[in-house]
Amino acid sequence: MSFNWFRFSSPQTFYPLAGRLAPFFWIASVALTVAGLYIGFFVAPTDFQQGDSYRIIFIHVPAAWMSMFIYVVMAGWAAMGLIFNTRLSSMMANALAPTGALMTAIALWTGALWGRPTWGTWWVWDARLTSELILLFLYVGFMALHASIDDPRRADKAAAILAIVGVVNVPIIYFSVKWWNTLHQGSSVSLTRAPSMASTMLLGMLVMVFAFWAYSIATALTRVRGIILERERHAAWVAQLGTE
Amino acid sequence: MTDALRSVFLRDVLQAWRRRADWLTTFFFFIIVVSLFPLGVGPEPSILRVIAPGILWVAALLASMLALPRVFASDYADGTLEQLTLAPQPLSLLVLSKILAHWLLTGLPLVVMGPVLGLQFGMPPDMLPVLFYSLLLGTPCLSLIGAIGAGLTLGVRGSGVVALLVLPLYIPVLIFGAGAVEAVGVGTAPGGHLSLLGAVLMISLVVSPLASAAAVRVALE
Repeated sequence: MSFNWFRFSSPQTFYPLAGRLAPFFWIASVALTVAGLYIGFFVAPTDFQQGDSYRIIFIHVPAAWMSMFIYVVMAGWAAMGLIFNTRLSSMMANALAPTGALMTAIALWTGALWGRPTWGTWWVWDARLTSELILLFLYVGFMALHASIDDPRRADKAAAILAIVGVVNVPIIYFSVKWWNTLHQGSSVSLTRAPSMASTMLLGMLVMVFAFWAYSIATALTRVRGIILERERHAAWVAQLGTE
Repeated sequence: MTDALRSVFLRDVLQAWRRRADWLTTFFFFIIVVSLFPLGVGPEPSILRVIAPGILWVAALLASMLALPRVFASDYADGTLEQLTLAPQPLSLLVLSKILAHWLLTGLPLVVMGPVLGLQFGMPPDMLPVLFYSLLLGTPCLSLIGAIGAGLTLGVRGSGVVALLVLPLYIPVLIFGAGAVEAVGVGTAPGGHLSLLGAVLMISLVVSPLASAAAVRVALE
């Protein structure tokens, strides 16, 4: 008996699979968030330098990681859709974009909230902050281009080219911003935290990272189901769903 | 093949030359945007001298973006672009000729005008050649990167999308271009920035024709 690796590459077979998987990731994300926030707020000790305001890292750091990671995954799906001409890959890329943009926005927003008590300012033109802001622009560009083309397949391909160009550009942008920042020797504040971190802090952060992973997967699966229904609404199997 | 590339190049230059208003718009847009800043910031020469490299470069970015629809739009509308995709020559090279023609008429005027506007801002004489070279290396990058966005937005609803796509990708050019000029201002050598700008130009020369051609093909499907 051979296993067909491409069984779930068609929207028709993936739709029920996503429906079965999504609840697990939703439950996992809620459970891990509750556990992670409990550790973060009640178990982890107060930082001797930053006080309690450091606790925002339990949301900030996972969001920042996910924001960068999701862009690469999204571009990977988009490239796959462009190369193999698989509809589902492009739909996955499309389903990931809003979550990635949300993570970027959360990372920027929580960063500002953390910067105010710690640095005394909402925003500094630091290399990391600036490149995170540019990442948000890249997400917005991807979604705007997709939304402005009526034909979904054409929109998929155009957005895929943009995502690939974006991935090539991300390291260039990152290093240019970094060098730009050192040239200007702008902020005197340093983002590098104390070298040693209490193990409960690290544990809380890791749990939150997994919570954000689960949340991102859950939203992507739920959203891709919506996209599949919308795009395949003329297919016979979708019509059957309504009668069941 | 060189014949085909040359004829595409000459045809685009000739067409653009006959519709002078198009590229003169870009040119004057550049001058107007630059002139708006002293009116907004105030006429204090010491402030203007500091912010001049950034203003000139941001204005160059905006002007180059404004000109982008002209790379492909009219050829897309009258079917010429479709004929080009059927040509035996690689589409990416034909697209490269179009981009070069586009740069000649929209980018080169900015390179020439940049140092003149720099004088208006009281730039010291040793800054002006660096500004010239940074624009000479940087504006082709803008045309090349912008052509990808122009290809992707062919025939889409709303004209503002191209700005969202292209401006974030322009950021490295802005940083290295303005950085080279500012380096002179703070008394360091601008060579590093100019070299990086040259590196960006080399990368875009390789990547952009391929990506733009792919974008054009998607648009023509």
